[in-house]
Amino acid sequence: MSDKIKDTGRRSVLKAGAALGAGLALPSVFSGRAFAANAPIGTWPAGSSGSSVFIGITVPRTGSYALQGEDELKGYQLAVEHINSGHELIRKISPKTKKGVLGKEVKYGVADSAAKPNDAVQAQQRFITENKAILMTGSTSSAVAVALNKLAQREKVLYVAGISGSNDTTGKDCVRYGFRQCFYGQTAAAAIGPVLVKAFGKNKKAAYMTPDYTYGHTVTKSMQDYLATAGWTTATNQVSPLGAPDFSSYLLNVANSGADVLINVNWGHDAVLSIQQAKQFGILEKMKLAVPYQVPFLAREVGGGLLADVYAATDFWWTMEDKFPLAKMFVAEFEKKYGYKPEWGAENAYMQFALWAEAVENAGSFYPPDIIKSYEAGRKIQSLVGEVYWRAEDHTLVRPVVIVKGKKPAAMKNKEDYWDIVQIDPGLPLMQKPDAFGCNPGSYT
Amino acid sequence: MVNWSNFLSQLFNGLVLGALLALISSGLTIIYGTLGVLNLAHGAMFMLGGYAGYVAYEWSGSFLVAVVAGTLFLGVVGVLMERLIIRHFYSRPHEDQLLLTFGLSICMVELLRYFFTSMSKTVPPPQMFSGITSLGIMFYPTYRLALVGIVAVALLVLYFVLYRTRLGMIVRAGIEDSVMVDSLGIDVYRVFMVVFGIGAMAAGFAGIVNAPVVSLTPDGGEAILVQTFVVVVIGGVGSFPGAILGGLIAGEIISLTSMVNPGYAYVMLFAAMTLVLLVRPHGLLGTRGRE
Repeated sequence: MSDKIKDTGRRSVLKAGAALGAGLALPSVFSGRAFAANAPIGTWPAGSSGSSVFIGITVPRTGSYALQGEDELKGYQLAVEHINSGHELIRKISPKTKKGVLGKEVKYGVADSAAKPNDAVQAQQRFITENKAILMTGSTSSAVAVALNKLAQREKVLYVAGISGSNDTTGKDCVRYGFRQCFYGQTAAAAIGPVLVKAFGKNKKAAYMTPDYTYGHTVTKSMQDYLATAGWTTATNQVSPLGAPDFSSYLLNVANSGADVLINVNWGHDAVLSIQQAKQFGILEKMKLAVPYQVPFLAREVGGGLLADVYAATDFWWTMEDKFPLAKMFVAEFEKKYGYKPEWGAENAYMQFALWAEAVENAGSFYPPDIIKSYEAGRKIQSLVGEVYWRAEDHTLVRPVVIVKGKKPAAMKNKEDYWDIVQIDPGLPLMQKPDAFGCNPGSYT
Repeated sequence: MVNWSNFLSQLFNGLVLGALLALISSGLTIIYGTLGVLNLAHGAMFMLGGYAGYVAYEWSGSFLVAVVAGTLFLGVVGVLMERLIIRHFYSRPHEDQLLLTFGLSICMVELLRYFFTSMSKTVPPPQMFSGITSLGIMFYPTYRLALVGIVAVALLVLYFVLYRTRLGMIVRAGIEDSVMVDSLGIDVYRVFMVVFGIGAMAAGFAGIVNAPVVSLTPDGGEAILVQTFVVVVIGGVGSFPGAILGGLIAGEIISLTSMVNPGYAYVMLFAAMTLVLLVRPHGLLGTRGRE
């Protein structure tokens, strides 16, 4: 009896050893590929088992950020069209792409977030439940981006942020399932700060206009921190709610603050209105204006040449086509389809989808942890703005930061020639350490 | 330490803000007071007036033409709304009226977005009111100064219509007891139509005279609507003088709070409304309204 037991035990050990050996060997055979042994996670495998995959897009189509949301949406739509047709531009960014992603057609649904986190989360939850969305995107407000980050991690569905400048998005609120292409407010401050000091001098007094949410507070803080190193002080910081109907009260405080420079962190129509009203109050004659995180359509919407000689940090301006061949292709394709030069919201959106396609093609699977690891591999990728790569620790793209300066109307060569590119800075030297804002991305599964 | 220059600047700015709010709120309160309809489309009508004026300005280049066009256009829109839709809801519950006017506001906003996109539009002030004026303690936009006078004239006209004409007498009688007015042989529904038209014209007028101050966006009326409701509640629902008083109080609250802590400007507005509701549930100049 005891021998039999011993024999059985020996056989079990041998079987277990064989299984373990096979288990260790298999990953190298099926390198980077999900296979049946993976437990379902999020909308995988249901969301990618058919001939198409679905992306949920939530952009603001109403409210103060509606104009920027529409531009962003156009960027997404062009990218999907290019991915499904295997367009040359997408294949230059994602060389393994043929048609679709891993041969599957990309479909999408669009919902209006109105730049409100609750609206965005509800819409994306619906896309996940009803459409088995395998990817979420869209934001022009960091409050939305942070909320969708949390949803992504909870539901284990990937989220690629739209426009989001807050240090929190891939800082303290970073998640394993979230990725951001555009830069931190901190990076913008590090890029535009030296330009402002060089242009306006040291020991200046700055007045800030700050929208009252994560983007506004973190960008203002980053600007204050950087400029303090050059002896700049804060004369006043005017915090206003998103969508304030009038800025006159805030601007009177600015006018009476004795500041030399007005640093306007407001965004969307709030930025437009506050700048127009600053002109009404004669502030722009007394103070220099700077916009740390540029707003798509700002110059054309403000009008009247009010942004002449104003510095701003941005992701993209269409005249970058002179330097980057893929930017030239993108501008041409976008203008052909939509009839105007793309702003950086559209560029950001196109980049995010192209980079996602690249990550999935390299993962060889729609299994989310594999895609995340593909992002985190740090491959050098050719993009609209030259060579870029993902920083694994905080899921932020290492990419150039562009400093632009508003043109005087008389200097404009065409009706969309609003900005001069002052400099294009490599991103990495400007970026803080990945954990500087407390990023702890959480688990893969 | 109080910065007196800033304090006086904000005090004056509160007056200007308040005058504008009073003008917008007056239309809302006249309609509610007479018809008993809480018009949630009032903010959208305010923007519609602004856009109508913008189109007229683009066509004519004249601010005066823009003001007349924006006002008259909304008068026509108001009369059509009342005749075709609103009148069918007088006897319906308030909830139905709220849903109806809310739906109408969505339609108006999306129509504006369809025709004009979300890109904001600007209407410059008339040449004689452009630029900045020195008031000693501060520089202030000349047009905003003129706006105080423009709004004062508009409110005086409204006051004259409401308190010095036969129509106004009927309207005020309708506010008190519309059934009695009807029983006296007066076609109260025709009066309702005229009142809705006047309220809409007030919104349209406010929309276009406000356009040089705040650039036009399709949904710009939403935030204004919220503020005007606060104004109406503070002043007293249905009270024309209450709308003026409420507007001035709201303007000063926003302006003076922003001097101390700008982040709390709108919070304080709602705090004041809550306080008024606790102390005087019918508003400062309101009386027990029609049920």
